[in-house]
Amino acid sequence: MMHLSKNLLAGLALATALTSVSVALPAQAAELRMAWSQDATGLDPHKQTAFSSLRLLELIYEPLVRLDPELNVVPAIATEWEFAEDAKTLTFTLDPNAKFTNGAQVTSADVKASFERLLDEETAAAARSNFLSIESIDTPDDTTVVFNLSTADVPILVAMATINAAIVPASEIEAGTIGTEAIGSGPFILDSWEPNSREVLSANPDWAGGDVALDGITISVLPDEMAILASLRTGQTDFALLNDPLVATLVPNEANLQLNRVGQLAYNVLQLNPSRPPMDNLKVRQAMSCAIDRQAIIDAALAGEGVVTGPLTMPAFAQDPNSLFCYTQDLEKAKALMAEAGVDGFTAKVIAATGEPPVAASEAQVLQAQLAEIGVNLEIEMMELNVYVDTWLAGNFDMAVALNGGRPDPYPMYNRYFTKDGNLLKVSNFVDDTLDSLMKQGQAETDPAKRVEIFQEFERHLAEQAPWLWLSTSYGYTAQLNTVTGFEPSPTGTLFGLVDVTVE
Amino acid sequence: MSYVVQRLLTFPLILLGVSILVFVSIRLVPGDAITAMLGTEAGLLTPAQRESLAAYFGIDQPVWSQYLRWLGGLFQGDLGISSIYGKPVLTVILERFPLTLQLALMSMTISLCVGIPLGVLAATRNERPSDLVVRVLAMLGQSTPSFVIGILIIYVLSVFFGFVPAMGTFTPLFVDPLASIAQLIFPAITLGFAFAASVTRISRSAMLDVLSDDYVRTARSKGASPMSVIWRHALPNALIPVVTLCGVEFGYLLGGAVIVEQIFALPGLGRLVLDAITQRDYALVQGTILFIAFNFLVVNLLVDLAYVALDPRIRIGRR
Repeated sequence: MMHLSKNLLAGLALATALTSVSVALPAQAAELRMAWSQDATGLDPHKQTAFSSLRLLELIYEPLVRLDPELNVVPAIATEWEFAEDAKTLTFTLDPNAKFTNGAQVTSADVKASFERLLDEETAAAARSNFLSIESIDTPDDTTVVFNLSTADVPILVAMATINAAIVPASEIEAGTIGTEAIGSGPFILDSWEPNSREVLSANPDWAGGDVALDGITISVLPDEMAILASLRTGQTDFALLNDPLVATLVPNEANLQLNRVGQLAYNVLQLNPSRPPMDNLKVRQAMSCAIDRQAIIDAALAGEGVVTGPLTMPAFAQDPNSLFCYTQDLEKAKALMAEAGVDGFTAKVIAATGEPPVAASEAQVLQAQLAEIGVNLEIEMMELNVYVDTWLAGNFDMAVALNGGRPDPYPMYNRYFTKDGNLLKVSNFVDDTLDSLMKQGQAETDPAKRVEIFQEFERHLAEQAPWLWLSTSYGYTAQLNTVTGFEPSPTGTLFGLVDVTVE
Repeated sequence: MSYVVQRLLTFPLILLGVSILVFVSIRLVPGDAITAMLGTEAGLLTPAQRESLAAYFGIDQPVWSQYLRWLGGLFQGDLGISSIYGKPVLTVILERFPLTLQLALMSMTISLCVGIPLGVLAATRNERPSDLVVRVLAMLGQSTPSFVIGILIIYVLSVFFGFVPAMGTFTPLFVDPLASIAQLIFPAITLGFAFAASVTRISRSAMLDVLSDDYVRTARSKGASPMSVIWRHALPNALIPVVTLCGVEFGYLLGGAVIVEQIFALPGLGRLVLDAITQRDYALVQGTILFIAFNFLVVNLLVDLAYVALDPRIRIGRR
């Protein structure tokens, strides 16, 4: 019987191999077959915040400006931009060649309509909170847009460099078809989309940004990343996005594959809830910060795939984490601080999301072991992502293991958590006068060097106050066949680099 | 016949119960379509923005009124619109169903073709080495989770054969039968592994019971060949528990094989439900579960009828 089933297997393998060859032959060389484990969740660039959605929409739509892999602001629809002296007026000059895929030119009227849609509460755009300083928008001619701001707002330029501030056709806004039809001005056109299954994109021949080497991209959703690896290994997939560091570390073992790894802006963090005792006690929070060994967490929970970080994860602002409060583990100091606080150990519940990030559970376990050293007993509660998000937004936790998104600028990244009018104050439960005033200074300052100074002071103070314990940044991974060349990864995770990719 | 009608009459009641259960439980779980779409960014919404989104997803009304509206649509054959797919729920389900049906049939076929002969073999060689080997294999098959077998199969195929089954989309049987079967054969084997093991064990023990029955001895003493005794006299009677098992398993498989569909990236009903739950597409969750429950009821009814065909002594519905 075993003999029979073996023959059967071999025969089937042969049969399927033959059929798959006949299917694979007609595929064009310049078609990129891409895979990812989580699909986009929608097509409205103003509303979508999921990682995959942003990555898809960045190929179809364009903002006024975008960020290059070094996080510099570079032209997209706008070719030039300028702040007025007082940082209260921001003027853009648009590329006269920029065209939507319906053939219409991208004009200042489209820019105005897009931002008005973003700001309209009916639209329910989460990114609206970054643009509240916009008072009015002037359009002196077709290619000039002037944003009049209510307050000096330097970080608004970087905030505009995301696909959440994409420029969409004013005609489509009027027709109410944003989100059902994807008409953008970007390098690719969306031909079809079967949610949770696949997307088919073709290159936009009229793209003002230059020539796209690829004819098109087919994105398949393969939920299991081991299956993605198998698919790459056998050459059925050219290019893939990977989340799980444990899968990514297997890629270099394959001779026909190449791994791209780039440090991300998002950060792994243990959020404490300073509104609950004993975490309301500064000394207890500091003791916890001193008790953990951040590098050991990376080694044990992240398979070494990460870098110790302070609150500021963007290279232009980051300072050596070792200069921050208690970034070297010091158990003696931790125990002394606990004694000073008069707290003789305690039990707290820490929440973590299952699979988001893939290393969340192991991170929680290593933290549990490390904090047990100073008598802090963690009870880990794993939650389905949605349940976690709900609990997290309500601030209903003692502690939370989180992977929070980063921004290229510290202001939009932390304004939401650590200023008095931040809209996620309920999550951080932490107000501090110094942080608040430094944040305001950083918003108004136009001199880049001075901004770095201001935010580095912000970072030192934040690490010392330890409302959260910043742990590490992870990597973003893409894997590709050796036949794929020209992709440059970016810390924002964008796949915009695909415009320069060629397939042999 | 009246029995069938009686059973059919209970269907709407059971389905109504299922619908209420699903409707309420999916809403009791924390998180809604808004947090599913925006994640932690949902915290940046103003109350007005939240209301606008709730109205868009149809979750701005009280639960009972949402339910009544949904039930009203149901009577007109309208299961609602899926927020993920932007299409009628029934259309989405019917697009996914062929794959699930074919996968279920293929894995059942494989399990039965492997399981019954092995079970018979083991029973006729009771306590001999070949019986022990089969029993150990059956234990192994039953206790190995399908995600282990699935990933192992993909690994072995890709590393040693340089091949993986087509993933991502499904080629329907009527479009290209060979490609369709080729795509599903390995998922079907994965899925069939544990079930083949159950079939082996059940058919072995049923066969052992039957083989010690009087009529089998009679058949033997009449001079029937050993083969004829086993396959013609004993096996049909030993199959009844296997039919019961198949009924349960088939009904279960028609609900989609979540893990196997996940590993092999097959767009079947199992992944549809999973995606619908994680993205909080309420209409889709409700519609799909109702569809699955309906299938289960129908399969169970057919299994009961199959008993009658297999064993003329069974008279259902008459007391």
